[in-house]
Amino acid sequence: MTLDIPTLLAIAGMALVTYATRIGGLFFAEKLELSGRARAAFNEIPAAVLVAVIAPMALATGPAETVAALLTALVARKLPLIATIVIGVAAVVLLRGLLG
Amino acid sequence: MTTTSEQSTNFLAEIRNGLRDILPAAIAAIPIGLLFGALCVGKGLSPLEVALMSGLVCAGAAQFASIEIWGHPVPIAAVVFSTLLVNLRNLLMSASLVPKTGSFTVLQRMLGFYALSDENWALSERRAASRPLTPAYFLTMGGVLYTNWVFWTTLGAVAGAFLGDPRRIGADFAFTALFIGLIAGFWKGKSTAGAVVSSAVASALAFIVLGPPWHVLVGAAAGILTAYATSRADTA
Repeated sequence: MTLDIPTLLAIAGMALVTYATRIGGLFFAEKLELSGRARAAFNEIPAAVLVAVIAPMALATGPAETVAALLTALVARKLPLIATIVIGVAAVVLLRGLLG
Repeated sequence: MTTTSEQSTNFLAEIRNGLRDILPAAIAAIPIGLLFGALCVGKGLSPLEVALMSGLVCAGAAQFASIEIWGHPVPIAAVVFSTLLVNLRNLLMSASLVPKTGSFTVLQRMLGFYALSDENWALSERRAASRPLTPAYFLTMGGVLYTNWVFWTTLGAVAGAFLGDPRRIGADFAFTALFIGLIAGFWKGKSTAGAVVSSAVASALAFIVLGPPWHVLVGAAAGILTAYATSRADTA
């Protein structure tokens, strides 16, 4: 078990900026008056961010990952979360075997 | 006008509901946590350092982005900036929860928002759409996700050498599948479709051209702008 000073500094910095973003909304939300259009955009933030995080894996890794992501998206609306994950993971293992 | 026993029944029911709703996300985080811990050991971190990072930061996507650019010496500024970029979305998530957590005490908010994540935020929004969001429900989900993440990432670091290649069992794809499932829960029709497609394309392009962590910011911005633009067309 080792503790390295630069590593600790990096972790402390990560923790600080992360908590700042998590409670930051408390300080500006009350001043936030959203119009209809802005509210519509605000409502799509989670989907836009979640997609942006996984797009490299889904679209820029290989055909197996892209096809598996599409298959996962097809079942995602009908199945519970955990079943969606199992099908997605099984699909990627199969497709990697098939497509190399 | 609720009696004390009704209140405690409600309190327990809120905890039960929180556990039930967060369980799939917590289970999905197990292979992801193990994978993260194993990757950290490969980059030279000790299990104690992994536990500290997960306990203090507790942000999956940001931790993965950081460990990807980790090296010796540790690029502290790049790691912290990447973490900030990936977590900027938290600002909007916490802001959107402010009106829904109006009945919380300051401590409940400070603790609950410490463990804020895409998953418990999404589930809280879904809950708040149909009934009031309670501290018991919100803090149960946060507490479970937090403990779960620290435990499994640390175990992944301890067991790292024995797990072998995580790609073999598709564990590296669990995160992607989890996010696709969460996006489906956000689906509001055409406006979501526009946001999702433009975010996906912009993020993939930014990933290839600029590299991580810019794809998150560029993709999210493209998706949000598309929703803004298409909503304008609808209401005009």
